[in-house]
Amino acid sequence: MTTADLALHGSPHAPPRGLMRWLTTTNHKDIGTMYLVFSLVMFFVGGAMILLVRAELFQPGMQMMQPELFNQLIGVHALVMIFMALMPAATGFANWMIPLMIGAPDMALPRLNNWSFWLLPPAAALLLMPFALALFGVGSGAIATGWTFYAPLSVQDGMGLDFAILAIHLLGISSVMGSINIVVTVFNLRAPGMTFMKLPLFVWGWLITAFMLIAVIPVLAGAVTMLLTDRHFGTHFFNAAGGGDPILFQHLFWFFGHPEVYIVLFPVWGLTPHILSAFARKPVYGYRAQVYAFWVIGILSVIVWGHHIMTSGMSTGALLYFMYSTMSISLPLSVLFFCWIATIWRGAMTFEAPMLFALGMIVLFGIGGLTGLVLADAAADAQYHHSYFVVAHFHYTLFAGGIMGIMAGVYFWLPKMTGHMIDEILAKWHFWLTAIAFNLTFLPQFFVGLAGMPRRVPDYALQFAEFNMLSSIGAFVLGAAQLLFLIVVVKCIRGGPPAPAKVWEGAEGLEWTVPSPPPHHTFQTRPVIGE
Amino acid sequence: MDGHQRRANLAFALKLGLAAFAMFGFAYALVPLYDVFCQATGLNGRTGQTKAISAPSVVDARWVTVEFNGDVMPGLPWRFEPRLHKLRAHPGQATTAWYRVKNLADRPLGGRAVPSVTPPLAARYFAKLECFCFSRQRLNAGEEREMPVTFIISRDLPAEVSTLTLSYAFFPSETTTLVRGEKP
Repeated sequence: MTTADLALHGSPHAPPRGLMRWLTTTNHKDIGTMYLVFSLVMFFVGGAMILLVRAELFQPGMQMMQPELFNQLIGVHALVMIFMALMPAATGFANWMIPLMIGAPDMALPRLNNWSFWLLPPAAALLLMPFALALFGVGSGAIATGWTFYAPLSVQDGMGLDFAILAIHLLGISSVMGSINIVVTVFNLRAPGMTFMKLPLFVWGWLITAFMLIAVIPVLAGAVTMLLTDRHFGTHFFNAAGGGDPILFQHLFWFFGHPEVYIVLFPVWGLTPHILSAFARKPVYGYRAQVYAFWVIGILSVIVWGHHIMTSGMSTGALLYFMYSTMSISLPLSVLFFCWIATIWRGAMTFEAPMLFALGMIVLFGIGGLTGLVLADAAADAQYHHSYFVVAHFHYTLFAGGIMGIMAGVYFWLPKMTGHMIDEILAKWHFWLTAIAFNLTFLPQFFVGLAGMPRRVPDYALQFAEFNMLSSIGAFVLGAAQLLFLIVVVKCIRGGPPAPAKVWEGAEGLEWTVPSPPPHHTFQTRPVIGE
Repeated sequence: MDGHQRRANLAFALKLGLAAFAMFGFAYALVPLYDVFCQATGLNGRTGQTKAISAPSVVDARWVTVEFNGDVMPGLPWRFEPRLHKLRAHPGQATTAWYRVKNLADRPLGGRAVPSVTPPLAARYFAKLECFCFSRQRLNAGEEREMPVTFIISRDLPAEVSTLTLSYAFFPSETTTLVRGEKP
């Protein structure tokens, strides 16, 4: 406990103790912490699920589980990782860092903030409960359609799908409220003198994410509501018998689903320049270009959804449109890559754990981006569609681009949050094991995908056996390596060398002007930003 | 935070909340928009709004292969298949094909066939003059029936299309549940 905390006890601003502190808190740091802890827990839940899947795929043939359970595990793994690990981690950083970065005393709507977080645990319970219910003979288990829950399969799936729909509603409400809070905070609570073009890039990245969430999460909510009424209330949005159309579901889903990819990546793209600039000891290169690139990517991302469903029987004109518009996203994205490289160019670089993760993210996410260009090709996509190539591609973007970026952020900011330095040696081990095991897991999947192995199938042809075995070994090493992450985080929370206010010598920004850990309340007196 | 700031925050949050609600409505607005788009372009295999078929007396010399497919959706214990799996037709000429359907259940059941045409872009050049899919079909226990579909392929059919597939999916119709309710 810090002296600042001690001084607060007994005053009306003292937080209540014990459980009530966390249930009723409206403090942005407490809520940020809860988001991050929740995300870490769900990261291990989702990871455990996929390790079961990789164990089943270790050899051809069915060894461990029924196909129904396999189907449930892959879909719930994706939903957990996207909605309950990646997104809450990013929101946790937003809560912790945005007020510190813009010199605000707290988020603009603190009570809404509390509510946004506390919708997440019930959502997780709803999504996972069918697994437990099935053990007691109630229902047939969790959602078994994959995370995209395409109609008409999802119209016929068991009650696990209803649980998933309600979970998605809760998650959606939580995300939209969180986003509204962030937009209002950034617009209304910036410190005097902090103009929009002085906002740190992390704040910019989150601002775009928040706008996109407000725009597309309600469309997903609409689509799953239609699904719910189709299942139980006799509507025919997706039911061909009543004049509905299953393909419509795919369009609605990906109208949300494609921007969602960028929603989870913008916060990472925002925090990457902070880390690069700190460890290269150079100012961020191309600030304006990066902000404009964010905007362009954000706008393009809502008009390219069709590339996910190129094999659904679109006209050639539509295929060409979606192909070219998708490929055009690589232009602003390359602007970001070049700005990142230019930031570290001839810098006095050191390679602490956050920097390693940031650099690893850039290289591996680059592979994810380039393979995405391959998939965007309408002619090639017919072969790659629904193959393991796609699985490998989106894990390079979402694990390497998303989760490794988030881990870079954790190592970068954890000393600021806890007041203790991280265990560099363990963190470096964590990085190298993660990077190597990640490639061992997913690189073979490009090849089996090219050779024709379809995704979402629990059994496979014999010629894919070796690569799948490699992939499974990689996955288990990758999973085990994350235990190191847990150890580093717990060690850092419990103790370690004290961290100074400016944890990293090259780091710039308002967040490094407050002590580590920051007192419960910061910037009660607004800082003034000069020229 | 002073009261003025708090009010400004709430007002802005409310606007953003309204935007989110509007987007929820937009998801529903997409349903008819999407339908209109498909009908207008003939995408998605929709045959509803077929382009005006040129005078049937003028018949193209070229042959177009028409393949037939029939599926029964879950919940309808029927056997349903085309009598011929493919035939050749001239664009502009009315042609009739037959489907065979049998109710395997021991009670009367209703069903509705939903057609689709592949390749989707050719759908608007394919017009059904008479079809068992125009109305709900009701079969008594064990009843077997032959059902016709008469169609014309438009002479405007693009030259690169040489094969069309007409596929039906038979869905249990609403009367099915009614019949189930009557059973005891």
